[in-house]
Amino acid sequence: MQIIIKTDWCKSCGICAAFCPTGALSVEPGEKARATDVEACTGCGLCERLCPDLAIEIIKVEVSI
Amino acid sequence: MNVQNYVRKRFLPHLWCPGCGHGTVLNALLRSVDELGLSKEDIVMVTGIGCSARMAGYVDFHTMHTLHGRALAFATGIKMSRPELNLIVPMGDGDALAIGGNHFIHASRRNLDITAIIMNNHIYGMTGGQFSPLSGPGTTATTAPRGSIDPAFDAMDLAKAAGATYAARTTTFHVRELQKMLTGAISHKGFSVVEVFSQCPTYYGRKNNTGDAPEMLKAFRDETAKIGSKTLDENPELIPRGVFVDRDAVDYGEAYAELCRNAAKEAPRC
Ligand SMILES: Cc1ncc(C[n+]2csc(CCOP(=O)(O)OP(=O)(O)O)c2C)c(N)n1
Ligand code: SF4
Ligand code: SF4
Ligand code: SF4
Ligand SMILES: [Mg+2]
Repeated sequence: MQIIIKTDWCKSCGICAAFCPTGALSVEPGEKARATDVEACTGCGLCERLCPDLAIEIIKVEVSI
Repeated sequence: MNVQNYVRKRFLPHLWCPGCGHGTVLNALLRSVDELGLSKEDIVMVTGIGCSARMAGYVDFHTMHTLHGRALAFATGIKMSRPELNLIVPMGDGDALAIGGNHFIHASRRNLDITAIIMNNHIYGMTGGQFSPLSGPGTTATTAPRGSIDPAFDAMDLAKAAGATYAARTTTFHVRELQKMLTGAISHKGFSVVEVFSQCPTYYGRKNNTGDAPEMLKAFRDETAKIGSKTLDENPELIPRGVFVDRDAVDYGEAYAELCRNAAKEAPRC
């Protein structure tokens, strides 16, 4: 999974981190959102839909070994 | 999908406050437009004045940012002259049902083929937190420091009674449901209303001690329930979400086109 955060649009509201079901994101007070545990992300897409600033895009990456 | 493809990137980041629900309504609307496969050139967004109305500046469609409360009047003119276009009219609660209440009931009554979105933050955001006809008793606002005593309209009851043929309510917490309702409303032929509870942390939130934007979203989650659900049956004090009206009826544009065809038959040379 690839979590792209457009930091110049993010306003640090904390919504994405508050509702991510797997704790993949974090927003420290006054800082932009960060993907702190990409491994945990299931690609559910909730964060990108909830974000009021259109600042998150989730890309499902096919991993071939 | 990347919602960023449907916005005028040069105007972003937008001017809505951190955590403002209006951005989430925009987010869902862009997904709905993508889902429907609509061409940007076939959409006209008309707005009035308010924080909500600023949406017209950001979408990469045809747009008109008009007068407070009058967006539906402008949209009516566009729809009657260019019936093939999709008209989308996002409005604030004050915009739609205070100053714009008369336009709202008559657009509903005529069943114009327009999609109206009421971005209901239960307050006048843009002008600094006055109460609106959707605030309801007990809401604290700059104009109601001891709590409003005004009963609120129920936008769904109003839309239904006035003749709207599609009416649905959800919140900015229920983002998938929101997209589904917007898609339903845009696809529906006739006057469609989607009321979306949208958080205004800056004025509604501060005046009413709701906590920050995530806390306000939790309240939307906990204080509403789906029509027909067991939760709603067992807790009638919760606010119902869902599709309240979805019926077929001749829309105003069709009726007008038929009138014109008949008139042309009777007086071919006019
Ligand atoms: C004719 C007219 N009357 C009053 C105003 C002042 N005014 C601007 S926005 C607004 C209300 C905004 O509240 P709402 O429609 O709920 O939108 P929000 O900002 O909350 O999204 C008012 C009263 C105006 N611009 N024009
Ligand atoms: S929801 Fe969007 S704006 Fe808010 S913190 Fe997350 S990325 Fe930033
Ligand atoms: S897509 Fe889902 S799991 Fe992944 S970061 Fe977003 S909310 Fe969390
Ligand atoms: S004042 Fe309220 S409605 Fe307006 S942008 Fe700020 S949070 Fe949104
Ligand atoms: Mg408002």
